[in-house]
Amino acid sequence: MRATRPNPVLTALAATLAVFLFDPSAPASAKEMRVTISNFTFEPETTAIARGETVRFVNSDDMVHVVVATDGSFRSEALDTGDSFTAAFTKPGSFTYFCGLHPFMKGTIVVK
Amino acid sequence: MGKDRENGTAPGLTRRHALECMVWAGTGVLWTVSGGVPRSLNLLDAAEAAEISQGATTFLQISDSHIGFDKEKQVTAVDTLTEAIDKVKALSVKPAFMIHTGDITHLSKNGEFDDAARIIGSTGLDVAYVPGEHDLIDPGQGKAYLARYGKGTLGAGWHAFDHGGVHFIGLVNVVDLKAGGLGNLGAEQLAWLKKDLEGRSASTPIVVFAHIPLWSVYPKWGWGTDDAAQALALLKRFGSVTVLNGHIHQIVQKVEGNMTFHTARSTAFPQPRPGTAEKPGPMIVPADQLCSMLGLTSVDFTVGKERLAITDTTLA
Repeated sequence: MRATRPNPVLTALAATLAVFLFDPSAPASAKEMRVTISNFTFEPETTAIARGETVRFVNSDDMVHVVVATDGSFRSEALDTGDSFTAAFTKPGSFTYFCGLHPFMKGTIVVK
Repeated sequence: MGKDRENGTAPGLTRRHALECMVWAGTGVLWTVSGGVPRSLNLLDAAEAAEISQGATTFLQISDSHIGFDKEKQVTAVDTLTEAIDKVKALSVKPAFMIHTGDITHLSKNGEFDDAARIIGSTGLDVAYVPGEHDLIDPGQGKAYLARYGKGTLGAGWHAFDHGGVHFIGLVNVVDLKAGGLGNLGAEQLAWLKKDLEGRSASTPIVVFAHIPLWSVYPKWGWGTDDAAQALALLKRFGSVTVLNGHIHQIVQKVEGNMTFHTARSTAFPQPRPGTAEKPGPMIVPADQLCSMLGLTSVDFTVGKERLAITDTTLA
């Protein structure tokens, strides 16, 4: 029964998606947000982005760090001072990550 | 490492024999296997020194050489490791072998492993290794370490051997670290440990070495191991258990029942005391202070005399 009724939320979502996909004025490259690694901390701890945007993790600490998704979906190589790593997020949701060397360092990417 | 360095009991050792004393040598720690309970080595007296020279087993612990760390302005991790190894080579009592409790390299690069092998190898001593987390960050996530040090080991590099009547166990607690977690041994390694200890006499002195402390030094900075309690429970029945770790770049000791816990200094850079800084980042200190914080000046030997003259320096 429920499946036969049009879902207004899904309809709106589909429309938004269509606009997103076909809008010729959309930028060619997706927006990039930045997370800085400084003094054993991800800054900001929580980063909100839109679907399709990317996050660049920049290590400005004097210690090597490794950015690892808790769900295993991404893992950087060893990032020494000045190194960076970019991850793209195509699905909505809340994605936690941590440092593979110092697991007490944690952060979250919220994809809308 | 070979599985069995030496079978049986060395001459002059009784069943009460245990690790008795340690000498802060360079950045290493010299351990002597002879009678009694573990105690601090500035208590080393002429009689004990004579015992060492008569051939009691000694071995040396070095840790956290972090070859590739380049944040100090005036010295590199190669310089400080070389200085430490020069002190090892100058020891009047040659250790039987060394153990390295991990973080050989900073970035797991081939050149870093090469430098470490060349410098440490210049002692001509056998070295038993366990990896630190910095040794497993090559693209193969540990393949580079195992290619060099994996022979005769299981899993991620754990192994056991006997020497001088002491059973040595090298554990790996730096693999598969979980978000928010501490060091991790894992079920497979714990099952192996249980098997390794089964049937062993409770009077066998045990030395366990691993990178991250197997006791909770400061969990807020990750200085502990989540499932260490399971390993320690297996070791509880033994009369003498010595646990040697690295990772925290400073000396911390604790005695609990028959277990003595000890962490070694780094040969590369110091880290702050728990709670004295917001985060555990490397302490970048002037070169003239660095040496004392790495422990490079803490021992003097008066060669040719019966007595070892030990100058124990305070920790910075």
